[in-house]
Order: sequence, then C-alpha cells, then structure tokens
Amino acid sequence: MDKLQAVSPCAGLLPITIGALTVEEVDMWPITSVTPFSGASGSVLGRALGMPFPAPLQSTTDGDARLVWAGRGEALLMGAVPDANLGAYAAVVDQSDAWAVVTLTGTGGADALARLVPVDMRLSAFGVGASVRSQLGHMNASITRLDGDTFMIAVFRSMAGTLVHDLARALEAVAARG
Amino acid sequence: MRLSDKNVGDVVRFRFDGVGYNGRVGDTVASALLANGVHLMGRSFKYHRPRGVLTAGSEEPNALITVGRGAHAEPNVRATVQEVYDGLEVFSQSAWPSLKFDAMAVNDLAAPFLVAGFYYKTFMWPKAFWEKVYEPVIRRAAGLGALSGKHNPDTYDKAFAFCDLLVVGSGPAGLMAATVAAEAGLDVILCDEDARMGGRLLAEVEDVDGLPAAEWAAAQIEKLAAMPNVRLMTRTTVTGAYDGGVFGALERVTHHVPRSAAPIECFWRITARRAVLCAGALERPIAFENNDRPGVMMAGAVRAYVNRWGVAAGQSVVVFGNNDDAHRTARDLHGAGVTVAALIDSRADAEVGDVPYPVHRGAHVVGTKGRMALREVMVRKGAAEFSVRADCLAMSGGWNPTVHLTCHMNGRPQWREDIAAFVPTPNAVPTLEAVGACNGAFSTAACLAEGMAAAERVVEALGAKVPEVALPEAEDAPYNILPLWAVAGKGRAWLDFQNDVSVKDVKQAAVENFRSVEHMKRYTTQGMATDQGKNSNVGALAVLADATGRGIPETGVTTFRPPYSPVAIAALGAGAQGKGFAPERLTTSHKQSVEVGAPMIEAGLWYRPSYFPRSGESTWRQSCDREVGYVRRSVGVCDVSTLGKIDIQGPDAGKLLDFVYTGMFSTLKEGRVRYGLMLREDGTVMDDGTCARMGAEHYVMTTTTAAAGDVMRHLEFVCQMLHPEWDVAFTSVTEQWAQFAVAGPKSRELLNGVLETALNNDDWPFMACGEVSVLGVAGRLFRISFSGEHAYEVAVPARYGAALFAELVRRAEAMEGGAYGMEALNVLRIEKGHITHSEIHGRVTAFDVGMERMISPKKDCVGKVLAAREGLVDPMRERMVGLRPVGAVKSLSAGAHVFEARAAHVHANDQGYVTSVCFSPAVGTMIGLGFVKNGPARMGERMVVRDHVRDLTVEVEICSPVFVDPEGVRVRG
Repeated sequence: MDKLQAVSPCAGLLPITIGALTVEEVDMWPITSVTPFSGASGSVLGRALGMPFPAPLQSTTDGDARLVWAGRGEALLMGAVPDANLGAYAAVVDQSDAWAVVTLTGTGGADALARLVPVDMRLSAFGVGASVRSQLGHMNASITRLDGDTFMIAVFRSMAGTLVHDLARALEAVAARG
Repeated sequence: MRLSDKNVGDVVRFRFDGVGYNGRVGDTVASALLANGVHLMGRSFKYHRPRGVLTAGSEEPNALITVGRGAHAEPNVRATVQEVYDGLEVFSQSAWPSLKFDAMAVNDLAAPFLVAGFYYKTFMWPKAFWEKVYEPVIRRAAGLGALSGKHNPDTYDKAFAFCDLLVVGSGPAGLMAATVAAEAGLDVILCDEDARMGGRLLAEVEDVDGLPAAEWAAAQIEKLAAMPNVRLMTRTTVTGAYDGGVFGALERVTHHVPRSAAPIECFWRITARRAVLCAGALERPIAFENNDRPGVMMAGAVRAYVNRWGVAAGQSVVVFGNNDDAHRTARDLHGAGVTVAALIDSRADAEVGDVPYPVHRGAHVVGTKGRMALREVMVRKGAAEFSVRADCLAMSGGWNPTVHLTCHMNGRPQWREDIAAFVPTPNAVPTLEAVGACNGAFSTAACLAEGMAAAERVVEALGAKVPEVALPEAEDAPYNILPLWAVAGKGRAWLDFQNDVSVKDVKQAAVENFRSVEHMKRYTTQGMATDQGKNSNVGALAVLADATGRGIPETGVTTFRPPYSPVAIAALGAGAQGKGFAPERLTTSHKQSVEVGAPMIEAGLWYRPSYFPRSGESTWRQSCDREVGYVRRSVGVCDVSTLGKIDIQGPDAGKLLDFVYTGMFSTLKEGRVRYGLMLREDGTVMDDGTCARMGAEHYVMTTTTAAAGDVMRHLEFVCQMLHPEWDVAFTSVTEQWAQFAVAGPKSRELLNGVLETALNNDDWPFMACGEVSVLGVAGRLFRISFSGEHAYEVAVPARYGAALFAELVRRAEAMEGGAYGMEALNVLRIEKGHITHSEIHGRVTAFDVGMERMISPKKDCVGKVLAAREGLVDPMRERMVGLRPVGAVKSLSAGAHVFEARAAHVHANDQGYVTSVCFSPAVGTMIGLGFVKNGPARMGERMVVRDHVRDLTVEVEICSPVFVDPEGVRVRG
C-alpha cells in the first residue's frame, strides 16, 4: 500500500527575498502543545521537557529544541519529541501540522514586522528569545526572536497563503524606503 | 517674484491648469506659483469667489488643488504642502469652465439670499421636492474636488512605532526637547509635517546662539540625525492623540516625487511613553470687507515666503496688524528690497520706531479692490479714509497656539487675556506636555527654554540622567497685542474662507438664537470644511461672543477632534483591500478542488467547494443532485476539516463537558461519540456538534465551522470565570487534522481499502471512534453521519490531507461515487432534518428544535435554568417543522414567512418562517425546514409560504423535518 505523501504548509509559496529580507519555511517537527495540569511543579516539568517552562513572553531552548510561551498556561515544544512521561503532568497535544512556521531574516526585520504587528518589536525592547502571541495583520500569530536579526513566525496552517502575502507586502514597504 | 535662490535648489518644471512653470527644489506649489506671479489659485466653495493662497502651511483654506490626473488624481491637496518636482501636474478646483471665468460665481451675486440658514429655511417645502429636486441639484453643485471614480492604483502603508518620547514639531522648542531627551539616551521620535525641519526658524530673520536661525536649526538636526536613538520623521503630521499614549501620524512618503510602486503615504500608530507637543501657533486673519481677495495673505506667511523661499508675494505690500509681530513682516520685506506701501497698526500706541516706510497707527483696513488680484487697500484712520495701491496685503490678527492635540481626549483650552488666545490646559492628555508657541510662549528664547525644561522633566520621570545641554541665546521680544477680530463695516467680512462664512452669518446665527458656539458652527458651517476652521474658529467665536454679549472664555471653543489635518481613508486602511482584506483559510484539499473547477464559497474565513462540476452539466443543481446521489447510493467524500476540533484533557474534562453540553458526557464510553448541544447562559442554543471520548481523561469536541472560535471562547470563560478550580486543558486542533467525511452505503468498503485493519459493524458500530492507520499514517476514525447514511469521518495530520483526499476521491469515483461539496452536504442534511446555524440562529431554544429532552435532568449545565422559563417552553412558540409544497407552485425560498391558508400576508398574521430549502432528489420536489407556531402539533396542516421579496406565494404542507429514512436504519447499516 502506498504511503501518503506529505505537503508542507508553505509548499510552493516560499522562500521569498525582497530587499534585504528573506522569508523561508522552517520545519520545526514535531510541535507539541504542553499545558501543565495544576500541581505540576516547575522542576518536574523542566526535567521532562529538558528546559525550563518559559515565562510569559519568553522562550527557552535546549540545543535545537525550543519551548515557546503560547498563551495562558501553555507552551509549544518545537523540534523535540516530548518525554513519554510528560502526559502525567500536562496535556500533551500534537500540533506538528497545525502551524505554518517561517523565519524572517535580514536587516530591517523589525521594521517589516512593524507593518503588521501592534507590539513593540524594536530590537532594544524585544530581546533574543522573546516571544509574543499577537496579531500579524489580521491573523493570530506567535512571533519569537531567534537571534540578532531572525524572527520565527507561526500562524495557523490554513492561513499560510495570507501569511506569505502579508509578509511580502511588508517587505516591499520596507524595501521601498531604501 | 523670486528675489533670491539662496535657500532653494535646482530648477524643475511643473504644470498648473495645463500651463508650464519653473519651480525650485524645496518649493511648494504655492511658493512656486507666487514666484511666477500667480496669485489666483482657487475658487471658494459656496460663492466661487476668486481666492489666492492665504498661508504657508497645512492650515491653508484657499489654495486647494488636485494633484495628478486619472486614477492617480488626488483632490483637495493644499498647495502650501505639495512640493514641486519635475513633471508634477496640478489643477485648480471648484471652477468651471476655468479658474478665471467660473460660471458658478453667479452664486456670489445671489449672496444676499444665500446667507447662513438659507438652505434650512428654503428647502423645507414642498416636502416631496427634497428628494427629487433640491437634493440632486445641491449635490451636483456641492463637493470639494472630485474623485476619479476609478479604482485607486496607489499603494499605501501603515505601521506601528514605539518610543520613549514623541516630539511633535521641530521648531525651537521641539529641537531642544529632542536634543535633551536624545542626549539622555531616550528613544526619541521627532515628527514634523514640513519637508524640512526647523519650524518658524526657517522663516525668520534672527540669530540663535550667534548663528542665523535656520543654520542653527540645520546643525541641531544634523546632530540628531546621527544619533542611533533618534528617528526623524519629516512630512509626518501627528493627527491625533488617543488613549494609552498612542498617537496617529500621517507620513507623506512619496508625494514629493514622481509616482512609483512605493507607498505614497504611511499611517503610523506611535506609542510613546511621553510626548512633548511643540506644534507652534497659527496666525489668525482679521475680518474686514473683502479680506479674501487674491493677494490678501497672512503676515507670517508673507514673511516665510520671502525669508525661506526667497519669494516676494507682491511688489508693493501693505502690512496690517494688531500686534508687534506684524512689524517683522514689514521689516523683512523692506530688508529684502520689497516696497512696503504702508504699515497699518490698529493700535494707536504701537511702537514702531524709525522705519523707512509709511506707518499708520490707530488705523484699520476697511476694504480692498481688485476682483482677480488685489489692486487697492482702503484705510480708515479716525474720520479720514484713504486708499493705498498694493498687490499684496499682509494681515495679522495675532497668533493662536496650536492646541488641537491637547484637546483630543475631551480637554478644553483656557483663555489667556494677555495674548488674547487659547492655551492648552495642562494634563489634558495625560502623558503629553505642550511647550513653546503652542503653549503661548511666543519668543524664540522662551520656546528654547520651555522645550528644554519639558524634556528634562521627561528624562527624570523615565528615570534617566538629565544631560548637560546649554540653553542657546535667542531673541526674547515681548509679544504685544490688542485684540481686533472684525473691522466694522457694511460689506461681507470673511471669517471662514473655506466655507465662505462671514461676520454677518455669525451674527445672524446669534439673532436666530443659535447662541452656543456648537450651534453657531452647525448653523453657519463655520469650521466644518477640510481645514476644520484652523484660521477662523477663534475669530468666529469672538464675533459670536460680541454678538451675544458674553466674554470669549464663556463662549468657549467647539470640540477639537482628530485628525488634525485630513487623512485619506486609503492610508488608514492601507493594505486591507484585495487579498489583504481578510485572511483566507484554505483546506488541504483546496488545490485539488480548484483544479477540478469547484466554485468556492466563504464559510467564515474558510473557503469550501460548493460543488464539483462535470462536463455536460450546465447548472449547479445538476452537479449537486449528482453528488447527493453518490451519498445516497454509493459513496461520497467531503472535506470537513473546517469544523472546529478541540482537544480536551485532564481529570476534570468530564465535568467541563457535562457543564457546557446539555447531555451527559462523563459517562460516555471510551471509543464512543455522542451528539451534543450547547446552550448560552440565556437558554438559547449556542452550537451543536459531536464529542468523542478518546481516553479516560481525553475527549475531542467538534463544533460547527462558524462557531469554532465562539465555543473556544466559551470554554475559556467557563474555565477561567466559573470554574477556575477545574483541572482541565483544552487546545484547538482544528488545524492539526485534515478530516474527510466518507458517506454512503459503500463507505465502509471504500475505507477498508485504505485502513490497515478492516472495519466491521460489530467493532465499529454507529457512533464508534478510535485510532486507525490510514495508508501507513496514524489517524483517527469517527463513525458519525450528517447525511443519515452509513458514514465515517477519517482524520490524518494535515500534511497528509491533500494526498488522502485525492486517494479517497479516486477510490470513490471507481465505485461510482466521488467528491461532494457544500450544496450537496446541505441537501443531505435538510433531507434528514439536521440543523445548522440557519436553524440555530441565536434566537431558538432546544425546545424549538425539538431537542428539549436532550437537556439532562440529572445535572446542571450552562443555560439550563433559563431555558426552563415559561416563555421558552411555550408550545405556541415557533418550533421546527418540515415544509413540502403541495400546490401549483413548487418553489420554496429561505427567509419567506408562513401564514394560515386564507390569512392576509401581513405581520400580524405571521405564523413562522422558512430557514433552509433545497431541491430534494429523494422527495422529488423542493423541501424546507422552518419554524411554525406550535409546529409539531400541526403536522399535515396546509399553510401558505409568502416571500414578499421574491414575490412568491406557495401552498405547503407542514410535515416532519425528517424526509429520508425516518426510522434511521441506514445510518446503522
């Protein structure tokens, strides 16, 4: 029997480079939503996750794996298979296919995001590792600053086309300023 | 006439009303036209009087032009703001056939009849004339500028910005404030609406710190530009102050260069921890007869044109003022070699000194001559009257601080007698401080000092160290003024140039008892034009105060509202057209559906296929009937991924479900699904769906597509507000799973071809669920049905959705089935009497849809108590039934109303309404669902459905809403 062929959320849409900025799709498989139950201690969670549970508006890392604050009492574990015991302390939900995840790289990424996100993304205010759940255009998004000039942006998979459209427009607006 | 090209750049060519002119880089259209001796720049709005440029800034009421042509044309641009560039084309407005000969100027002759209130009084009768005669005529005559009527091809931008300190205005106060804050290390944004920073320092002959003012400003700006914590935003008007330290600002990005793909404007939302307003002041005219001739200008503007642009606004200039500042205009003009024909000061005791031009103290200008251009100025001094020949009259009635932004949060300015002007009330906008001229400090030295002091307060408040910055030396002349609002006289003395409101109109308003300034404004239209009365508000209210015998502070000002100057809707809504209007949510099967020609319909933000046309089919109904046939006879495949899917886990998951659903879910067996109904707190139905128990503490809830977000919010509300003690987590998994309905008698046969383990009726009865392996991929299977047929929904991670849909459709087609869309899905569910949000539209109860027994008596649930209210369980309520045409007319339409057979089709006889209709291949006619008073008790009754909109009257029989397989045999097959 043939195995089903997988298609990534932004297949055929990315990468794009406009001016000094590039948007690329990234594969963060697997992505797992982790919502600790009451009574789950930070240290137990930290051991099961391999990194501390992030404070609001933050993310934590363990090698290539990243734990991104995702709202009230919830974080997204990206790039690491969750410990089998985690289910005892937290609701563990596979979200590997729920998100279109891209990176925005290059000089002026914060200026491009300023076209779409109503949050202070100045590099001085939004440090490396900072993460926010906010609007990107009209979409609900998760945005994390990975390093100096790289942002990771995730929106619902179904909106991948709109994400690329809106980012392209923002990149054009930044590029037009020269 | 150009006197000097010291401060302007290279020559450029531009056209005004088709005539080519030379301008200089740095010119505005107004300065360039004045340099070419062109004074006549527009016609007034109401009387079409010839008008020239009055000011040198964004407050300009007269010189409104249209920039560009065709779809790119932009009307109502102020000639004082638009910069010239090579190839620029601008046009005058409000004139036909030409600016010099305007047919509508006949209005001016009829002026005695067209005073304030004329329209209100005249067009009242006869009543029928308003819509048919008066309004069309008035609408044709009215309007300022014209739109092209074409789609706007220009791009606009909008953006957010954040800073510690926002400085609004880059005059002496603004430059000092920005410098101090920047030196302290704060993040500073400095905005100025002008193309060049420096404010009045660019327009005055004076020294700052031993340097000519403009040079000192340039040096400060250069220093600021080099600092990484400073953002200089020229051509950016801060248009409004809003809650939370947010300011709106419009940046004119590329209006000063030929059109390109780059955005022409950017609307900014700037969030600032503190703001310092250094917006300066606006000079106000004096009202006297015919004070609106082309050539009559503000004294400060005449001075700016000569000092900043090297342009003389006339060859022989009369200066008329009531304050010392006007004297500077005479001094600077003379210094530049322009003839000052007279300096007229209304104050008998004005100190002018020894000047080489005629001075008349205690005199007034009482009129002017020259229709297309000023020729003569009439002066009265005591009993004597004489005239002075002049082609320019520079007037100054004093300066009004630009208090606008401080009033945007409902603050009112305060009257200051010594400067005869309104000044800001401190703290009217909590994080904003007004300093400099906009705070009533009119000397350069005072502006510098106030700007510096305000910035130091900001620096301290934000916890930084106040830097050592020296206060520059500058002129500190006192500002002497004796109020003069209107010179007495018989003729029309203009207050509001843009809306043609005269002193007489304001007095008339008072006579007619429109004594409140807000009433006067609306009665006369003073201050209601695009300039919002920047030149005229204070003058008009002073005249009103006089006419009503009150003081100016008692009379008060009208409300200041954003925006400070006009903002294009296109800028506010930048990007929100076409694909930017709303996000598009596409399913994993979208591409394949579009490839086979399926028309898409929007379901919320989702796009879903209506039907899948085949060659030979000429109407959607043919496709729909075929697809219904797949499900009734063979097997159909439909993408149902858009339904909301919520993963619910935790020790209290069962409690939550028992509480939000009417039915019991804590007792549901693992591996089983149950239909659930959700109520709002008020007892009406909120949503319905299924809920599957995947494990001991693990459920998957489905919602309708439309209510997925609402249900999620409802769960949050219940868990955060009503039962925060419950240990339960829920996560939307709508996007994680691609889910397909496989429905029809051959559904199991089809699925057995793709599942690792074959299904049978014993292991997989109706309402079973569980984990399965689908073509090697871990998925989920639910035996549920929305069609009444033997059916399943199979889910796989979304990355495999496209592939699985293709495979399922391919296999279905091999079994004489295939894909079906929303139209067929709708027919299938109407035939079974299944509800959607057409039925549960927010006003119906469980009782109304025949599901009252689903409200479990064993437990509490949201909405249970209020659903039991007497009025909500009254049998006479409109309750759900089926409808079948039985007369000659076989058509049915949703939205139509139901009446007794012989009753008149009027509201009082209304018996109910139709919610869903379709052609049912199974029944052979159209069928419908609807709500009829005491419906379930009226089975078999013949009634009439009347659709007033489509003019359709149909005889129907009330019947059971279940048209197909009422015993429910097939679903268990």
